[in-house]
Amino acid sequence: MSTTAAAASPVTYLNEKTTVASWLLTKDHKRIGLMYMLTVTLAFVVGAVFAGLIRLELATPAGDLLSSDTYNRVFTAHGVAMVFFVLIPVVPAVLGNFVLPLMLGAKDVAFPKLNLLSWYVFILGMTVTFSAIVMGGVDTGWTFYPPFSTEGSDSNVMLAGVGIFITGFSSILTGLNFMVTIHRMRAPGLTWFRLPLFVWALYATSLIQVLGTPVVAITVLMVALERFAHLGFFDPRLGGDPVLFQHLFWFYSHPAVYIMILPPMGAISEVIACFSRKNIFGYSFVAFSSMAIAVFGFLVWAHHIFVAGISPYSAMVFSFLTYAVAVPSAVKTFNWTATLYRGAIWMRAPMIWVFGFLGLFLVGGLTGLFTASLGIDIHIHDTYFVVAHFHYIMVGGAIMGYFAGLHFWWPKMTGRMYNDTAAKTSAVLVFVGFNLTFFPQFILGYLGMPRRYHMYPPEFQVLNVMSTGGAAILAVGYLLPMIYLTYSFFKGEQAGSNPWMATGLEWTTQSPPLPHNFADQPVVTEGAYEYSKREMKVA
Amino acid sequence: MAGHISPKSTYYAIFGALMVLTAVTVGVAFINLGALNFPVAMAVAVTKATLVILFFMHVKYSSKLTKFIVLMAFFFLFILFGMTLTDYLSRGWYASPRGSVGAGTQVEAEHPVRQQPAATAEQAH
Repeated sequence: MSTTAAAASPVTYLNEKTTVASWLLTKDHKRIGLMYMLTVTLAFVVGAVFAGLIRLELATPAGDLLSSDTYNRVFTAHGVAMVFFVLIPVVPAVLGNFVLPLMLGAKDVAFPKLNLLSWYVFILGMTVTFSAIVMGGVDTGWTFYPPFSTEGSDSNVMLAGVGIFITGFSSILTGLNFMVTIHRMRAPGLTWFRLPLFVWALYATSLIQVLGTPVVAITVLMVALERFAHLGFFDPRLGGDPVLFQHLFWFYSHPAVYIMILPPMGAISEVIACFSRKNIFGYSFVAFSSMAIAVFGFLVWAHHIFVAGISPYSAMVFSFLTYAVAVPSAVKTFNWTATLYRGAIWMRAPMIWVFGFLGLFLVGGLTGLFTASLGIDIHIHDTYFVVAHFHYIMVGGAIMGYFAGLHFWWPKMTGRMYNDTAAKTSAVLVFVGFNLTFFPQFILGYLGMPRRYHMYPPEFQVLNVMSTGGAAILAVGYLLPMIYLTYSFFKGEQAGSNPWMATGLEWTTQSPPLPHNFADQPVVTEGAYEYSKREMKVA
Repeated sequence: MAGHISPKSTYYAIFGALMVLTAVTVGVAFINLGALNFPVAMAVAVTKATLVILFFMHVKYSSKLTKFIVLMAFFFLFILFGMTLTDYLSRGWYASPRGSVGAGTQVEAEHPVRQQPAATAEQAH
């Protein structure tokens, strides 16, 4: 169905003004969302190139492509680019920015100028960090553990640290903005328990961003002070404790995993409800599980440092709490599958990404329980088992969830449809490529292959070659959306305001939306997922 | 944004108090109070932070929601300190027969690790 060829092209946020300045000085959350999308995609490409170099090096047991020192810098660059500039901002800053005010029936976020500032701060932080990579790189790993980072490394630790410090403020500003927006900008009738679950997820995420990010910023600053001024925070000779860094670093960086995964979980809830044509099973449980994850997520960080010499009694507490945090994640997964049960499942592209998410997140979550176990963790700590585990969460979970959300809201963002078959193909390629890349790494890790080495014994080669081959398939899976979405943006079929016949205020305005979202102030009179009340014809 | 407007005198008074407290911090640093060195310095710092939060940041005149969010930040600070201390305070509780102890634990001169380094290394093989 194509609507009458852009009937006198209505005013949208895309065509209202088209100068470069109108984009760079925009206060429109939708434009800022798109600007974040381009930036994050750029960072993703950079991170992916480094990932490719890692996999190429590991295709053979010998360290023949990169020297060990270069390899250290390459995996650090991959980690830094992906964690700080892709995974953390990808869903809140891209999809969240775009749809949050629309979902709330608001004209914009609470502080539009602050929103633009957060993008500029992000750009500044990214420029500084990437310049550290260009000027020779950092060899500490993305975790910057002292004493290596404070005195051993002669690489650009400080420049990268400053870049990450700056980027943290972008994250804090976004979180603050979203929290205030959700409290103050909801449409009449949009009570807390009528909020879409994506909004609950963004709220929980914002809480972590606001409360956790300052801690990592200060920690990076402490590394700088110790490096330059020799203040004794982490060096035992100066009265410090290197494990203190690990406590402070993971106090943020573990909850950061939930910054990465909670918003995609919210997007998954939206897509599952829409493409099952059902109210989400156990709405309030799913909503509260987001909040529970945000809070419990702050109580588990020491599971990263069980083998660093922390007290065994403390480790027992953290191990128990880590098992506990699996409960709200499991609540979500069970509720999503229960939503599918007896639903009218509509197999469009966003749903295929969701199925990929469910399978991969399940594996990622359950293998987390292995690493939470004090005994098993000693065997698998710092091996490829851990690498596989967190990639299942971060790529299999967060990135699959991002793509599910992106394919779901793309028609709203651009007003155009994409090729459904191409999108499904891409989802399947990513799923297959991902499993081929990372499943062998579970086995490698169990067999004892440590992470962060560019050489390995020859008996590990078959599994490593499988992993490298999988990465190539994965790359194709990620390149495809860049092609068909770009094509769709310019040439795609007109989408209409609600191509998925979805509930939610964002679907009540035109696509692409008006500059100020809604012609009239929307009023909400029912829950978020009243699909049972809607008639729907599946094509 | 409609907010509470404090008289300038309040700001000057708070600023004066902060300056006095800063002088106290510096002054106290020159006096050795023994075990009280750290608690006194922290008490002055916390007082200063409280003044800034209540008056300069207007939390005293803010809504209950804002106060709640501020309290929550302190709750998370408590988690940071409290849960980290579960490690530090219990590190000395356990010493294995082989002599391994938690990181950062004071190792005494007569400790088995110090006494028999060669034997420990052999046992490891």
